Amino acid sequence: MSSDVIQLLIQSFPRILLPGLLMTIPLTLIAFALALVIAVITALIQYARVPVLRQIARFYIWIIRGTPLLVQLMVGYYGPSAFGFHPNGFTVAVAVFAINEGAYCAETIRGSIEGVPKGQLEAGSCVGMSYMQIMWHIVLPQAFRTAFPALSNSIIGMVKDTSLASNITVTEMFLATRQIAGRTYQFLPLYLEVAFVYLIFSTVMTWIQRWGEKKLSRYEGRQPVAARRKRS
Amino acid sequence: MRAGSPLQRAGSGAEAKFQSGACGEKADISQRREQAMALLEVKNIHKTFDELTVLNGVDLTVNKGDVVAILGPSGSGKTTLLRCINFLERADGGTMVFDGRTVDMAHADKKEIREIRSHTGFVFQNYNLFSNKTALQNVTLGLQTARKMPRDKAEEIGMEMLRKVGMADRADHYPSQLSGGQQQRVAIARALADDPEVIYFDEPTSALDPELIGEVLEVMRSLAASGITMVVVTHEMTFARDVSNHVIFMEKGKIVEEGPSKEFFAHPREERTRTFLRMVGNRTAPNGTGIVS
Repeated sequence: MSSDVIQLLIQSFPRILLPGLLMTIPLTLIAFALALVIAVITALIQYARVPVLRQIARFYIWIIRGTPLLVQLMVGYYGPSAFGFHPNGFTVAVAVFAINEGAYCAETIRGSIEGVPKGQLEAGSCVGMSYMQIMWHIVLPQAFRTAFPALSNSIIGMVKDTSLASNITVTEMFLATRQIAGRTYQFLPLYLEVAFVYLIFSTVMTWIQRWGEKKLSRYEGRQPVAARRKRS
Repeated sequence: MRAGSPLQRAGSGAEAKFQSGACGEKADISQRREQAMALLEVKNIHKTFDELTVLNGVDLTVNKGDVVAILGPSGSGKTTLLRCINFLERADGGTMVFDGRTVDMAHADKKEIREIRSHTGFVFQNYNLFSNKTALQNVTLGLQTARKMPRDKAEEIGMEMLRKVGMADRADHYPSQLSGGQQQRVAIARALADDPEVIYFDEPTSALDPELIGEVLEVMRSLAASGITMVVVTHEMTFARDVSNHVIFMEKGKIVEEGPSKEFFAHPREERTRTFLRMVGNRTAPNGTGIVS
């Protein structure tokens, strides 16, 4: 590798990392948070067998899982302009990623909710809790624990999928790299460099996952929890 | 609680008194029963799962302070009976009078069910402690959510209940860190927390290792002694004989025989009851707990 290329990689690194920190990560976090909200609602609608809404939920999951993400981004971006709206790329990307990921996570969460033993709900209703209270305090926390590894998969997948947002003018990491490559014609080194930055992001998220799992599994362990509250 | 007999279906308190008076010698506790007011009266419960009739016209009366043991072979419908009277299963038919309120068991609405449940506690065979909550939180969660009690007040009650069942030193442990017996004691504390009129026990010791049964029964004995009304589905004959004041023996969705527990164990009237007692008596006899005289 010539020193010119090394020079280029060093110089371009912050210009790739910065859109990563300012676009890719915020896009992922905001979209994923929204996706979780959509997913929990969609999962609960199906779990509680709410008529009509349940059919709508199934339809939503069917459409989203059955069409490519890139097509959804394009429709989300160009669709509104047919009605005279011209939303900015970032907003569309957040919305489309949230809706897309929401459909997948809904299935993950539904599965884990269904995995919570029925006795947990019965016990909740026997102490007088309402359905929503039982869901909020007992079922969802337990389901979230089960779903956590799969959800971690989803968010790590999403970090990388955000590169597709470059197609709708969002200057995230990948588009930034492409622009530099277009000027310098050093395609391979620069794409390897951006791959490396994605790898860093994913690695950090894997660490966070491991930490989160440890936190969440505190009630599964055999070791007594270090007494947080001293009692006589 | 003369379930099943035609006389009882007409059922006034006076009749009940007369009937159990007719049973001959009585323990003190059964006298207490006669004088007490009916807390829970259930008439003519029916329950069918698909084609299978599980409850076929069962009557049940529980007075304040009663400890009622429900016995019977598996599949006799005793657990379903208990679950129906706490609305964990929906009966197909039957009426319930709980503390003066009459409820159509097949059509009770959410509000009625919550109202009744706010006066009852339920202890499950498999404990069903909330696995994401500590022992203390298991006891306080209902108080804080359903009763909207402030946390410190709920914890105060929670600790008191845990002390009652000897689990105060495990307040911060999660269910997975407790033995089966300890979990069941926490479950009893949870059932006690809301100051219920009656606690239903669904085979509370059946899932336990033999050496853990004692500690749970001990707690239940002390509850019974403190005057709490209890309905206990159980296979523990010693407990039924020594602690309960009234026994119901069920088979095939019907009540075969019932009566004051001393009477029931000493002089069972029905041949089926005698066979059953002989069988379980033989099983428990080696421990010195044989019950058939």
